[in-house]
Amino acid sequence: MKQAMTPEEIKEQKPYLDWSLSEDEYNYISDTLLGRLPNYTEAGLFAAMWSEHCSYKKSKPVLRLFPNKNDRVIQGPGEGAGVVDIDDGQAVVFKAESHNHPTTVEPYQGAATGVGGILRDIFSMGARPVASLDSLHFGELDDSTTRMKVDGTVRGIGDYGNCMGIPTIAGETTFDPCYQGNVLCNAMSVGLMDQKDIQQGKAAGVGNAVMYVGAKTGRDGIHGATFASADFSDENATQRSAVQVGNPFMEKLLLEACLELISKHPDWLVGIQDMGAAGIVSSSAEMAAEGKSGMDLDLDLVPQRETGMSAYEIMLSESQERMLLCVNKGHEDDVRKIFDFYDLDAVTIGRITAGHQYVLRHDGQVVCDIPVSSLTDDVLEEESTEHKPVRITVAEQEPVWRPKIDDPAATLRCLLAQSTIADKSSFYQQYDSQVRTSTVVGPGSDAGVLRVRGTHKGLAMTTDGNGRFVYLNPEVGGQMALVEAAANIVSSGAEPLAITDCLNYGDPNDPEIFWELHQSVKGMAAACRIFDTPVISGNVSLYNENNGQAIHPTPMVGMVGLVKNIDRVVPSFVQQAGDQVYLVGATRDDYAGSELQKMLTGKISGVVRPFDLDGVHTTMRHLLHAMENGHVASCHDLSEGGLGVALAETLFKTDRGMNLDLRNLTGAQLFSETPGRFVVTVQPDHVPAFEQDLGDAAQLVGTVTNAHWLEAHLADSDLNLSVGELQQIWEEAIPCQMKSKD
Amino acid sequence: MRIAVIVFPGSNCDVDLYEALGTVCGADVAYVSHHEHSLVGFDAVMLPGGFSYGDYLRAGAIARFTNIMPAIIKMAEEGKPVFGTCNGFQILTEAGLLPGALKRNDSQRFVCKAVPLEVVNNQTLFTSRYRPHERISLPIAHADGSFYADQKTLDRLEANHQVVFRYAEENPNGSLRNIAGITNQRGNVLGMMPHPERAVEAILGNTDGLRLFKSLLTNGSVKVGE
Repeated sequence: MKQAMTPEEIKEQKPYLDWSLSEDEYNYISDTLLGRLPNYTEAGLFAAMWSEHCSYKKSKPVLRLFPNKNDRVIQGPGEGAGVVDIDDGQAVVFKAESHNHPTTVEPYQGAATGVGGILRDIFSMGARPVASLDSLHFGELDDSTTRMKVDGTVRGIGDYGNCMGIPTIAGETTFDPCYQGNVLCNAMSVGLMDQKDIQQGKAAGVGNAVMYVGAKTGRDGIHGATFASADFSDENATQRSAVQVGNPFMEKLLLEACLELISKHPDWLVGIQDMGAAGIVSSSAEMAAEGKSGMDLDLDLVPQRETGMSAYEIMLSESQERMLLCVNKGHEDDVRKIFDFYDLDAVTIGRITAGHQYVLRHDGQVVCDIPVSSLTDDVLEEESTEHKPVRITVAEQEPVWRPKIDDPAATLRCLLAQSTIADKSSFYQQYDSQVRTSTVVGPGSDAGVLRVRGTHKGLAMTTDGNGRFVYLNPEVGGQMALVEAAANIVSSGAEPLAITDCLNYGDPNDPEIFWELHQSVKGMAAACRIFDTPVISGNVSLYNENNGQAIHPTPMVGMVGLVKNIDRVVPSFVQQAGDQVYLVGATRDDYAGSELQKMLTGKISGVVRPFDLDGVHTTMRHLLHAMENGHVASCHDLSEGGLGVALAETLFKTDRGMNLDLRNLTGAQLFSETPGRFVVTVQPDHVPAFEQDLGDAAQLVGTVTNAHWLEAHLADSDLNLSVGELQQIWEEAIPCQMKSKD
Repeated sequence: MRIAVIVFPGSNCDVDLYEALGTVCGADVAYVSHHEHSLVGFDAVMLPGGFSYGDYLRAGAIARFTNIMPAIIKMAEEGKPVFGTCNGFQILTEAGLLPGALKRNDSQRFVCKAVPLEVVNNQTLFTSRYRPHERISLPIAHADGSFYADQKTLDRLEANHQVVFRYAEENPNGSLRNIAGITNQRGNVLGMMPHPERAVEAILGNTDGLRLFKSLLTNGSVKVGE
């Protein structure tokens, strides 16, 4: 097939600018890397591979701040997913990925294929996915378009994960006007494997086969990677051609076929990689680069479900449910038979060659002949300018906002109906949370917990991101994201192991936004070092803007923890009447960015104050020690809505109540959001041991009662509330808003 | 007794059934692929939940044409125990081994949660260890669980005591007469939307499904008469 333009026409007309390749980059490719003008296909490949989505050219300098090693890390960033040792020759494999742009444009397919993509990253490592999580951020529910997006996103996640038979066991959903024009949909997948089965995305060995397996290639998703690397505006709100369509049934077959090949015939396989963003080109070029090989592909052999596709389209298609394998010469037929059993295509589309050239043939012509490394390693890192946003400098000069709460009961009722705090069961009941029968703690708790079959271990997992704190103070907000995730993991009785992340920001060419990215990563990295939770995988999603308005900087932390004894998993709700109630961690006047501030003033403002990261870490270590020795009956971490909301949540779905002496707290402090705090209940006979473990960090505040009432004496008022009434408010808020006809 | 768990393309609760029977109950159980033609050597067969053929066309509609189906039908005709949960139930109705059909939930949404059930008939191979009209709780996880049959069929099901489980408090999907599980007239084929295999271990918070498998393992070798 002829190229759409000649190299000279490309130089003249600069179509690459529309693909987000800059003129400097184009000139560097022509003058330095190739010593000639790239043809149309080659220019398209460079645009995709050099996009931020594939190359991290903007964010790389910042990402280097993250720690990504410790004794347990087997595989850090750079492969399909990170791998962490969980003893007994087993490993947990996990990664999170954003699918913000597709979900904003077409919520159902965007979310569904977000789940599908992250699952392939897990099983391409040789692991069986065992749990999914999500982190969703939408505009406010009083907007009908947002309600449609929420509904579509939830159905998309559910339909894909449910059909795959992988339980969705935890996640978060928050609402803020800043996400109205740019939804955040971050999907995380967790897999389990025997360490001996670990795979790499590598292609090596001259003469070995490059095999294409799975679904056929169509025109869907062309330019998805560059689409994700540009701003949104009303102009491209209908940019549907870049959104892929998912087929979870096909992916289920692909999963079973790939795992059968990996576990039973490791000797046939050299490497395996998912075809994700930028489809065939990214998977094949990255595998060749990893194996320091050359590669020669015949695109006429690629299974196609549309006719007349150009080389450019075939290479850049982001059709779903496809994988690329490198197979030892002579085993092509063996591999094909496995995929035949599952009614899947498995076709040899090329070979590993000597040297380092990346050669593509189409219609009998060579359409690309460039060094492999020019696509993967020679990307020009972009220097970024950055400066502190004016809004933060201004906020630092302004007086601190202090709420006055005369009626904490009324405030608590209102907070429980805030959509970010209210019950999300109408969403997560659309997800199968129990399939594979290993879910010990499902959605609606601090962290989801799975048992590891055949062992006494468990895995706890959570996703957390709160853009409001990061917006007001990126560095401290970044620390808080990590602390919140760790608090959720520790609450369930698990030891934090490592994290994955999705870094969701606006346009990094704006120096203020780049500063937000830099500072928040700095904060996260510092917290990761203190908690010894390295970053083992993740992704960066920039350009989350709509009509020039950026989202709050929203780094999402996906954390996995190890439960040493599954019988010692700690519930998040109270147990027996007579158990003693403790507040762990000190409460300050922290209202900047809180749900209380948002509810009372309609916006967030002020400066989020630094906190004692080391102190919080030490307290959590002591708390976990008490839990592992069986001294804790229940534990719930304090987050949005502070102590007041946390107390109510620990009583919901039980028939218990609490009688509390909180006279050292004001009504306002009941809703302060100081990080690193917990409500803990302890059986009377474990009190001495618990107090010894926690020391001054734990303050005895009351007793669990048999009356279904929340009673508390505060410094300036009293609370006396029916838990049943509170639960009803909390449960009805979202279903009621979703039904609105406005 | 030796039990087959059928694996259709897209089955995903096959592991759960296998583990409930094998690991928890200590039964002799094996996976059998839909490609196979025979179930010789097996005393009972189970059809797992999941999304056979992606639920394309209609849940269970394509799975009934697989190679293994005639062997399953043969076992049913021989009076051997045949059990289907969720997608397995849907396949059994599509194959004509059970009457009625499973329609889309009234809510038009997938729903996953524990629901209260009444054991309406404890005189079956599968329910003899439950007390008459006992209230139990089992998880459901489906988008197409609304049981439908015409009035005559429903009356006949009731008259013959073929309604084995009924939703007890709320009806989560719009099933007629709150039906959650039925047998064939002979009583050796049971289909149900709830998942007993998800409720067999205390660590997962519910053991109400355990007695269904224990009932079968006790009674299964007794051949049900014509």
